[in-house]
Amino acid sequence: MSEQQRQVSDETVIRLIGMHKWYGEFHVLKDINLEVKRGERIVICGPSGSGKSTMIRCINRLEEHQQGQIIIEDTELTSDVKNIEEVRREVGMCFQHFNLFPHLTILDNLTLAPIWVRKMPKKEAEELAMHYLERVKIPDQALKYPGQLSGGQQQRVAIARSLCMKPNIMLFDEPTSALDPEMIAEVLDVMVTLAEEGMTMLCVTHEMGFARKVADRVIFMDGGEIIEENVPEEFFNNPQNERTQLFLSQILNH
Amino acid sequence: MSEKYLPGSHPDLPPPKTLVGPVAWIRDNLFDGPINSLLTLFAMYLLYVIVPPMASWLFLSADWIGTSRDDCSKEGACWVFIDVWMQQLMYGRYPTEELWRINLSYVMVIVTALPLFFKAVPGKIKGLLAGVLLVVYPFVFFYLYVGGSFGLEFVETPRWGGLFLTLVIAVTGIVASLPLGIILALGRRSEMPVVKSICVVFIEFWRGIPLITVLFMASVMFPLFVPEDLSPDKLVRALAGVALFASAYMAEVIRGGLQAIPKGQYEAADALGLSYWKSMLLVILPQALKLVIPGIVNTFIGLFKDTTLVLIIGLFDLLGMAQAAATNTDWLGFTIEGYVFAAFGFFVFCFGMSRYSQRLERALDTGHR
Repeated sequence: MSEQQRQVSDETVIRLIGMHKWYGEFHVLKDINLEVKRGERIVICGPSGSGKSTMIRCINRLEEHQQGQIIIEDTELTSDVKNIEEVRREVGMCFQHFNLFPHLTILDNLTLAPIWVRKMPKKEAEELAMHYLERVKIPDQALKYPGQLSGGQQQRVAIARSLCMKPNIMLFDEPTSALDPEMIAEVLDVMVTLAEEGMTMLCVTHEMGFARKVADRVIFMDGGEIIEENVPEEFFNNPQNERTQLFLSQILNH
Repeated sequence: MSEKYLPGSHPDLPPPKTLVGPVAWIRDNLFDGPINSLLTLFAMYLLYVIVPPMASWLFLSADWIGTSRDDCSKEGACWVFIDVWMQQLMYGRYPTEELWRINLSYVMVIVTALPLFFKAVPGKIKGLLAGVLLVVYPFVFFYLYVGGSFGLEFVETPRWGGLFLTLVIAVTGIVASLPLGIILALGRRSEMPVVKSICVVFIEFWRGIPLITVLFMASVMFPLFVPEDLSPDKLVRALAGVALFASAYMAEVIRGGLQAIPKGQYEAADALGLSYWKSMLLVILPQALKLVIPGIVNTFIGLFKDTTLVLIIGLFDLLGMAQAAATNTDWLGFTIEGYVFAAFGFFVFCFGMSRYSQRLERALDTGHR
């Protein structure tokens, strides 16, 4: 634990200040305040419908917030398209359903953004892609199409695709929830490696083992609010809030 | 069946005889129960009643060789009629000594398009050829057909006709409606209210009126409002009408494809930092267009056949020419041959498009999402 904390710097890279969001009449996120330091690993958990996915999707503006501020590395997210594209270049994201592009090969999936957004020469982009495919241990699948891969492999490709943009921050939106049990481990392994290398990570997940192992902080959300946040040990062994206790008893007692 | 294998060592066995082979196929598909058997027998009877007389009329007792109607002596079809009128059916009243211009364009299209059908040709060259076909040739052919420059004799459009005119109208409609349709479809899904309403109004307007009305407006009403010398050629007006009409239908077909793409694809493209146009061109449209190939080709085929309506504004396409030939006083009474030939001509092209679309679907299929 101490070894991990050494990598966390004092520099704040994500700031959510008094953020609110509504879906029509429905108040999904209420007064969210969160600061994330560079290199910090944060796991966000909570019952479904608690707003945890919505919150991290606000961080790269897949969802729009209506009140408060979101500041990513000195860039504030407003409706300014330029700012949004700047933030999205620096923030990678992995989705529950992978969202690979089915009409492109694995290699083309990985090189698309570096070539078209970063203006990288094709050859260089392909070398970069192969580098990250090796990192996620599937370089031999480069010329296949996403539909030919297993779920676990697809999710690892999705992680590699995000990494090809060399992001400073990675967001994970329930990356293992759509996977068969025997494939969860291979994806978590990749995420653990990434965490050990000092990537700033925000993970929405129900994998409490992962949270215990790598998180610097665990955040519990319910009803659109951050109810409790703490270091993993305290969070799991000594939850303060009643709702946190109830949630933990429900997911850990099986 | 009775053999026992140790767990984990069961081999793959061939299927029972009743599942495969021609006998099994006939039983499963033709005589699968009493109702199916009756239907099969009935269908065979219908074929027996229809096919032999048709074959006899079309081929066996038909006249093939000759130069005038006196050569039509047999009971069957008289293809001499078609033979004599062939040039008009193919080119209308385009001057005989200038026909090479049309034939040259056909050859150019075939030569350019042929490599697209071979897998060995690299994608880059294919893209280049497709670009030449869709962007360069329309302009080249315009000058080639109309003439009046580069030492070519001017041929006014009322002399264009037959299959040539059908192809000119259909291909213009097809080539123009796809990009227009894409832009309209994207515009209709735009979040910008002005763009969106313009596209909605445009699409609904063109979809709401029949093509005949469009053609009438183009040929009769348009000159009433616009001074004679400012008003473009009648064929050009018809072409514009057909293209705009087709693009409204195309837009709705493509919109269907755009809506079928899962939201996650849009989000993944956004999250990677792709701009709106890049994510559309690189991620969304390739998938959406592939998904609606059947619908797109359906619209193309409909458009191809709708070109026959230009007859009512005095342009003679393949069908119009066949009708005109059959009303020639020397050749009265050969309407059926004319219609059968025109139908055959349309069928060849429409069926070709249909087969090509199926081929394209298979070639582009990268499997499951």
